[in-house]
Amino acid sequence: MSMFGQAFVKENKYKLKGDFHHLTPNTPIRNADDGWKLLGITNPREMTYIHSYGGEAIFFESLSQGKLLATRCDNAGCDSKGTIYIPFRIHCPDCLGKNTVIDLTDEAKKSAKIHTFMVCERSGAFNILDKPIKFINIEFDGVATILMSYLSLGEPKFAMRVVPIFKTSGPTFTILDLSWVPEGTRKEDLPEGFSF
Amino acid sequence: MITFSKQQLKIPQLQRPVYLVTAGQSKFDRAFPDKRTEELCIDAFTMASRLLDISPAELKRYIHSCYYGHFADHFGDQLLGESVIHDRLGLDPLGNVGVKTGGATGGSTLWEGMKAVASGYSDCVLVMGWERMDEVPTDEGNFLISCAADKDWESPLGHIYTGYYAVMAQRYWQIFGKSEDSFRRTLAEISVKHHGYARFNPYAQSPMKLTVDDVLNSPVVAYPLRALDCCLMSVGAACAILCDEDTATQLTKNSKNKPLRVYIAAGSHTLRPADRLDMAIPLLPNETAEQYKDLGERFPGGDRYPGFTGFLAARIAAYYGYGMAGITDPSEDLDLVELHDAFTISDVQTYEDVGIRPYGYGRDYVESGDCYHTNPHTGQPGKLPSNLSGGLIGCMHSVGATGIMQTFEVASHIWNRWDELHGDEKVWQQFNREKPSDWTSLQVQGARRGMAISHAGVGSHVTSTILMDPDHLIK
Ligand SMILES: [Zn+2]
Repeated sequence: MSMFGQAFVKENKYKLKGDFHHLTPNTPIRNADDGWKLLGITNPREMTYIHSYGGEAIFFESLSQGKLLATRCDNAGCDSKGTIYIPFRIHCPDCLGKNTVIDLTDEAKKSAKIHTFMVCERSGAFNILDKPIKFINIEFDGVATILMSYLSLGEPKFAMRVVPIFKTSGPTFTILDLSWVPEGTRKEDLPEGFSF
Repeated sequence: MITFSKQQLKIPQLQRPVYLVTAGQSKFDRAFPDKRTEELCIDAFTMASRLLDISPAELKRYIHSCYYGHFADHFGDQLLGESVIHDRLGLDPLGNVGVKTGGATGGSTLWEGMKAVASGYSDCVLVMGWERMDEVPTDEGNFLISCAADKDWESPLGHIYTGYYAVMAQRYWQIFGKSEDSFRRTLAEISVKHHGYARFNPYAQSPMKLTVDDVLNSPVVAYPLRALDCCLMSVGAACAILCDEDTATQLTKNSKNKPLRVYIAAGSHTLRPADRLDMAIPLLPNETAEQYKDLGERFPGGDRYPGFTGFLAARIAAYYGYGMAGITDPSEDLDLVELHDAFTISDVQTYEDVGIRPYGYGRDYVESGDCYHTNPHTGQPGKLPSNLSGGLIGCMHSVGATGIMQTFEVASHIWNRWDELHGDEKVWQQFNREKPSDWTSLQVQGARRGMAISHAGVGSHVTSTILMDPDHLIK
């Protein structure tokens, strides 16, 4: 039996366990309209990538701990000093200095509003969210950017107040660990694994 | 608030004039089970030489460097695909380079080719684009396309690019469309128009005779966008030959093609719409700051720019391109356009970005009938016909080829060769497609100038390619 490919880091080197690819045979593609002559071949390929979050790792780790982090430029000499970014930007796009990591959880709970949204009936391969997916783009007071995420309960509307929820139980360590529900949602109504 | 420096706003300068002398394209379709990509590229190249009435071998003798647009290595499953095509075209040992800017790849490839000629590096270049999108089925293809969103912050959210557009569509529809059914019908009209024009184009993948209700009743992909609001997934190739003046004169001496002056400019904006910062609207020559002062009052919520409703990259590409070509009002100075109608909504957004209508009023370009070959309200020629090829919705979106196909379409009108290229019974037969009994010429009579807009991602890269009859230059 094969085992999912897994990795950890020791002494700044990747240590790998399990299978990072699986073998599936090629099969011929033939033309039913022309004597089943050969036209091509299938090329199966299932492979696991090893991806570093780099300076954003703290953001994804914090979601699993119920915290929403953002960053801010605190460079006194920068025209964009004080600008807050989420999605998290490791460096200020103006002065390229290293941004300060800040905790935006309380601000999000107080001021998050839907800027725009859409309800998606179709997804691409490898999607694991339930359909329809309710994409929402969220604005926060005092934040320069508008975060894309998804609404887990209720029907989205412009300017609707929402609050963040976090997959603290069984986290995936991806952006899917962050979701949103309408303000006033009760704890017992949250999807499995999520908490405020 | 984002601002631009004087140096950044410099109008791009070319060292010498650049001309487009010919172009070609393959058939476009969802899949070619019986053709390799190189066969499609050779079809396009052979057509380009035929339009000059010379052999492919003769045309190749003029080419000095090559620019290949092929966006998605993972779709075609071939790294260095540029090298495969270059070798099969028999163009070694000339220098060549691959260009990748998503949906704008075709336009960006032309941009690179133009700069090579303008700088004097080459006197004649090949610009060739293609895409192989049939190596995976549609759901897997949607996954691969979604890899063009931010892989950590966006792609996992559904792995569906249409969704990333739909949030923009929703915002535009509620703010500028005021959630009106009439606006939704206007969007549907764009799809009807583009599938309808595709009926007269033998190269086009999706000719359809539709009604607005057909579009409104098509399945929802990502509300408010429905299946018939979306562009195609295609396979095919397109190419163009760009030259300096002497070479252009030589190459066209026995041909119906006239060398066309070409100006190409590019703009960019964030990959994630989330990162777009607020800024003042950069103005085009036919606009004033005054006209946008009360935009937020006329359209509550519409004062954030570009927000989720405009494409800064398209605005900047138009700003640079109009400056290079001397265009002061696209509706007056141009005779036709090919816009990047990835979705009906982004077509409307682009009307505003490139100054065909002011921000907030894009729908009027459709509702006035100006965007049609023949204005349905007056029966007279449309003021500025758009997407007579059928566009990405009706003709194709074979990504690396798209911007080149659009440019070819514009050129065919200025050459006054549209009827010959689209009406020839033999082409329809060769592609195993039936020429409709009501086939109608879409030649824009007296076309002198046109523009093609090539656009990537959710507005990450945009190019404007402006073609002009050299006897009708503006500056
Ligand atoms: Zn800074």
